[in-house]
Amino acid sequence: MKEVIRLENIRRDFRVGDETVHALRGVSFTIAEGEFVTIMGTSGSGKSTLLNTLGCLDTPTAGEYYLDGVAVRTMDKNQRATLRNRKIGFVFQSYNLLAKTTAIENVELPLMYNPSYSASARRERAVEALRAVGLGDRLLHKSNQMSGGQMQRVAIARALVNDPAVILADEATGNLDTRTSFEVLVLFQELHAAGRTIIFVTHNPEIAQYSSRNITLRDGRITSDVVNGNILRAADALAQLPKQEE
Amino acid sequence: MNFTNLFRIAVKALSNNKLRGFLTMLGIIIGVASVITMLAIGQGSKRSIQAEISEMGSNMIMIHPGGDRRGGVQLSADDMESLKLRDLEDIQSKTRYVTYVSPAVNSSRQAVYGANNTPTTVYGVNLDYLDIRRYKVADGDVFTEHDIKTAAKVCLIGQSVVDELFTNGENPVGKVIRFGTIPFRIVGVLESKGYNSMGMDQDDLIIAPYTTVQKRILAITHLQEIVCSALSEAYTDDAIDEITDILRTNHRLKADDDDDFSIRSQQELSSMLTSTTDMMTVLLAAVAGISLLVGGIGIMNIMYVSVTERTREIGLRMSIGAKGRDILAQFLIESILISVTGGLIGVVFGVGAALVVNIAAAFPIYIQPWSVFLSFAVCTLTGVFFGWYPAQKAAMLDPIEAIRYE
Repeated sequence: MKEVIRLENIRRDFRVGDETVHALRGVSFTIAEGEFVTIMGTSGSGKSTLLNTLGCLDTPTAGEYYLDGVAVRTMDKNQRATLRNRKIGFVFQSYNLLAKTTAIENVELPLMYNPSYSASARRERAVEALRAVGLGDRLLHKSNQMSGGQMQRVAIARALVNDPAVILADEATGNLDTRTSFEVLVLFQELHAAGRTIIFVTHNPEIAQYSSRNITLRDGRITSDVVNGNILRAADALAQLPKQEE
Repeated sequence: MNFTNLFRIAVKALSNNKLRGFLTMLGIIIGVASVITMLAIGQGSKRSIQAEISEMGSNMIMIHPGGDRRGGVQLSADDMESLKLRDLEDIQSKTRYVTYVSPAVNSSRQAVYGANNTPTTVYGVNLDYLDIRRYKVADGDVFTEHDIKTAAKVCLIGQSVVDELFTNGENPVGKVIRFGTIPFRIVGVLESKGYNSMGMDQDDLIIAPYTTVQKRILAITHLQEIVCSALSEAYTDDAIDEITDILRTNHRLKADDDDDFSIRSQQELSSMLTSTTDMMTVLLAAVAGISLLVGGIGIMNIMYVSVTERTREIGLRMSIGAKGRDILAQFLIESILISVTGGLIGVVFGVGAALVVNIAAAFPIYIQPWSVFLSFAVCTLTGVFFGWYPAQKAAMLDPIEAIRYE
């Protein structure tokens, strides 16, 4: 299997006043193409810092990070911006869609920052991505006319549109009710089945059951890294939920 | 990221907040409109004054006997008679920058025709005078060189004199009027020039050969004044230098003697008057410029609010691949769009307001193309200048913090 992410002894220190906070104290792992990895940890465990590092928003103090074979640590801000644009799809807890903007325009956004896409190619890709998340009939709905689940689907479509090496989800179900959470999980599992590499950062242990591998962080170190031998199907869980009253 | 995309993003962001965009624009609209209107009014009055002056002959030079009076020194009678016919002839023949030269002697008396009489002034001149002062003959003809040589009692009269003396509408040409005790045959009537900018009636005069006025009315041989016209307004100073040299030589003045004559030009008068209106224009434009500045500060204020309000949007754009300079460009384009659109509307309003002033208040206006261009350029620069800091602030945001900003 092709290696998408390789972390080698990543350290990240922050200076807060006179003290140095060690957010990451030597984290190493590799993620192969097509894995669905949950990264778990309580708040303060360093998972946000790890996510920022994986997302090329932050650079480690020490250690090496290779994303799709490219060394990230020595890159400058602009190079990392371009790298994010081409290789990473972000899904945030609070969707972060542009207000008063249609689904299609929201999804097009990453491609707006990629000059190699023409306007028509952009639109084509955006429609494709929205169809992939099951919103083919809501292309022109504006963000304020959609439910939370729909908004998160748009956000996922936006993460897919640039055909990224890895999708980074940050508590992507955190703002959703149980049913909608499972619907979104079903979508992630479908993407996983289609061969996408997904990293899902969460503090909800339940989600780990639906991923192929689970990494747990504590105090800036990895405490466990286990392959999930028994992946549950989110679709089954969804089916077992009590029917919503119409 | 290419410019078209940035432009699209900026337009989209502005259209999401139309009312706010419009209110911000209003400051620029009012600023640009007032700059254009004020400049139009200022330039308009300047032009109308210049037009009046050139009507009088803007390249006119007047030479008077006697130097500048200083310290109350009494002038000798000799001094007042320093201009002679020879000076006139030398100016005519030796100068390069002077086109027309005329002597001028004048006398104010009653002019009488039949039962009517009016106080007026006779100007004794030669044929150049009409060209210098831009008088035209409306009816009849000019007197001739022969009339000058023979000191003939012929004259041209101005429209005001015609109105006073020929009340029953008969044709004055060929009639004989009396000026004081001397009878003059009218050979022509001058075209009306109306009042000049100092409120003097330019039609209240009689023009006669200078020899006639010298010999038959004043009984003098010197000239009271010499009037000339320079090649053009631009050559006035050169012409004055030439004339000064000739007169000093003719009057045998030593190097350290003061001039025994004084030269004034219409250009001085015109530059004095236009400098007054120029100052007025500058003052008006300055006041209007301040409102443009206030409009610019309005843009800055709104852009700051907008950047803070859209911190998460900026964070998102950065996480999906926008570079600092993309964000900077986006916000700059937004503020330039506000100021340029406001500027365009302001130009329309400004020109409109100037026309209203012109029509409603009958005030002369002149919309100078450069003033439109200038205020437009200034407001584009305003957009860049006042948009820069907020845009810079946006571009410097840390995406990690911005995306989680509440």
